[in-house]
Amino acid sequence: MSSERRRIVAALSGGVDSAVAAARLVDAGHEVTGVHLALARDTASDAPGSAPGARPSRGCCTAQDARDAARIADVLGIAFYVWDVSEAFEREVIADFLTEYARGRTPHPCARCNERIKFATVLNRAIALGFDALATGHYARIEPADPATGRGPTLHRGADPGKDQSYVLAMLTADQLATVVLPLGDAHKDEVRREAARRGLTVAAKPDSHDICFIPQGSTRAWLAARLPARPGRIVDGATGRILGEVADLTGLTVGQRRGVGLPTISSDQQRRYVTAIDVATATVTVGALTDSEVTLIVGGGAQWCGPAPGVGWRGRVQVRAHGETTPAVLTDVGAGRTVLTCELPVRGIAPGQLAVLYEGTRVVGSFTMDRSAPGVAPAAVAADVVRGVSG
Amino acid sequence: MGTTAADRLTPDTGLTPDTRVFLDHAATTPIRPAVLELVIDTMRLGGNASSLHAAGRAARRIVEQSREQLAAALRANPSEVVFTASGTEANNLALKGLFWAARDADPRRRVILTSGVEHHAVLDPVRWLAAHEGCEVVYLAVDREGRVDPAQVREILLDRADEVALVSVMWANNEVGTLNDVKDLAHTCAQFGVLFHTDAVQAVGSVPVAVDEVRPDALTLSGHKLGGPIGVGALLLRRDLRPVALLHGGGQERSVRSGTLDAPHIAGLALAVELAVAEQPAYASRVGQLRDLLITGVQQVVPDAVLNGAPGSGRLPGNAHLTFPGCEGDALLMLLDAAGIMCATGSACQAGVPEPSHVLLAMGRDERSARGSLRFSLGRSSQERDVDALIDALPGVVARARRAGQR
Ligand SMILES: Cc1ncc(COP(=O)(O)O)c(C=O)c1O
Repeated sequence: MSSERRRIVAALSGGVDSAVAAARLVDAGHEVTGVHLALARDTASDAPGSAPGARPSRGCCTAQDARDAARIADVLGIAFYVWDVSEAFEREVIADFLTEYARGRTPHPCARCNERIKFATVLNRAIALGFDALATGHYARIEPADPATGRGPTLHRGADPGKDQSYVLAMLTADQLATVVLPLGDAHKDEVRREAARRGLTVAAKPDSHDICFIPQGSTRAWLAARLPARPGRIVDGATGRILGEVADLTGLTVGQRRGVGLPTISSDQQRRYVTAIDVATATVTVGALTDSEVTLIVGGGAQWCGPAPGVGWRGRVQVRAHGETTPAVLTDVGAGRTVLTCELPVRGIAPGQLAVLYEGTRVVGSFTMDRSAPGVAPAAVAADVVRGVSG
Repeated sequence: MGTTAADRLTPDTGLTPDTRVFLDHAATTPIRPAVLELVIDTMRLGGNASSLHAAGRAARRIVEQSREQLAAALRANPSEVVFTASGTEANNLALKGLFWAARDADPRRRVILTSGVEHHAVLDPVRWLAAHEGCEVVYLAVDREGRVDPAQVREILLDRADEVALVSVMWANNEVGTLNDVKDLAHTCAQFGVLFHTDAVQAVGSVPVAVDEVRPDALTLSGHKLGGPIGVGALLLRRDLRPVALLHGGGQERSVRSGTLDAPHIAGLALAVELAVAEQPAYASRVGQLRDLLITGVQQVVPDAVLNGAPGSGRLPGNAHLTFPGCEGDALLMLLDAAGIMCATGSACQAGVPEPSHVLLAMGRDERSARGSLRFSLGRSSQERDVDALIDALPGVVARARRAGQR
């Protein structure tokens, strides 16, 4: 960390990671201001809404998180504010989440929030208000720019392989990285918890937050069902084309999913069946064996590069889910609004709407949203560990 | 030796208390030194005012003297004073207690008339009564300055006076400082035999409050807004009224508010009210001038800043509430805080989520201007240099907040 004193907004979620991140910046002598982001608000549960002074109520966990964040700031002795970004969150994240699911795709709201809210709306606001940088408790590392070579800042995997969050930050540009501070890039989770306890932060033992902050854990389909019209569909066996059954609502199904489709999960031939494709237009859910979802060709939208754009023929590794491993891949086409990647080994269960992140070693090269995938022709070389790694 | 809370206090900026500029007296104004001494001395004395022995008598004497002192300052009768633990509690007692009592006496009386600009300590009890107790709330409209027109109350009462349990309209608005014609409102209600409550938390000590002239049936005041301690308030309640109690127990305070009497805080409250009322004319003229200086100063450096609420003598002497177009109020507040200047956006919210002010919305402002406003509130310790410091800091702060824009 540089020794100059900077004015930094530390995003405090109310959890242990961002608390320790902020604490480390205070220790380093920076002028730190704690900010809790009010993201989602649940106006639907608010009783007579037209009464003057009626407050939109937030989920109880969210209000508790805000109190935890305020308490963390008190313990650290820093100023604390809540920034209400719920309108932008509604527009950029929740609306997109609904549209994507309505199209049969599987969005990644955390990555989207990082791209459109945390490191856009919030970061821009902080800079406009005279701060030098925004800090979060993500487990990823930023290598500062190297003026000698003219290389901009680069994003790398966090030191804790179990917690690495570079995947959900992969869409950050070099410009954004220049004003972002990630104090936990070198940290391990257990060490962060110990440090929080040592610092007297009562959130030291607070469980990690689950994936989608605006949906109660494990109820994504119910949440979607309350907001999107039900789409009944057919379930088709991908191998035989036979109709296996009906599904009352295909919204919220995800490629690679096995449970919850409404079929016996094991067919007569003792094979487990997974969702291999969802076609909203024909209201068809295709299922098949795990190997039926193996692909080597991934086609997606325009890539966001972190640093200079690599050309066709670039060779590196691709990660297709937040906590998956990587597969060697070659960039076979890049253009405006289109990226094509050929994997050297088959990967399974690619859900359109999810993110493909490209790495060179620990460095994030870029990312794109996957639209389609195809079996293609797989190169012969097979490394057992890679196959195990991508079977998710 | 354990550490005390005071030992653990650490300043969160490099500024010392006397280089900071406190422009948030409407939230809590510093306790008067004489009041602080009295609270401490009385606390040392101890004693339960309900006990029959000497210590009890001593405590009781303090409570009853305080009751007389407070009543005299506000030209009320000592028997009308019900001590509570806050302004919020006094409001809850008036609204819920009088609603229940009126409804119990006559089941048709289930309407409460109140304004949309009340403090949450009125709005939320009323909303609760509506949600759980079958209360029908009629919100009185306010004009662009936040004032309730007594003619509107008269019109509604002409129609349905015998359905109305209670009318509650604040004396002075805590956000925009606008004063209501409570005398007219109280007399209107009296003509129809309808109970009138007023939340006078911001009014007592700032404007003349004479209970014998205005004759509200119930009036709320709070210690920490007038140089008294936090955590004590009072409801001045007409002697013959029997609100249903919120707190049942030992039967203190006419059985309307049980709980061992807090003699130290009660003594502190009474002294603070006496001093504030005695100083009120001088206070209002000195602080009113400072307020006008502040308003014209702000409008000189930020020409498009808009004053909200009534001008001149129609508002609290210590209140200046302004909209800064193109700015977020919370961005302004944060930048001023960083510059050592403390003010407020609206009423403070527990979880700290900034909401557009319901007061400005009720006054017909759009959400944008409701979000882009700040309240500067002056008090006894305010000086011209506080205003100067604000005027110096404001242009840079507003420019920066404008760059950050509005959502
Ligand atoms: C108009 C008004 N009513 C009621 C209250 C609540 O008083 P207390 O803080 O004593 O509960 C306040 C204080 O914010 C107020 O300004």
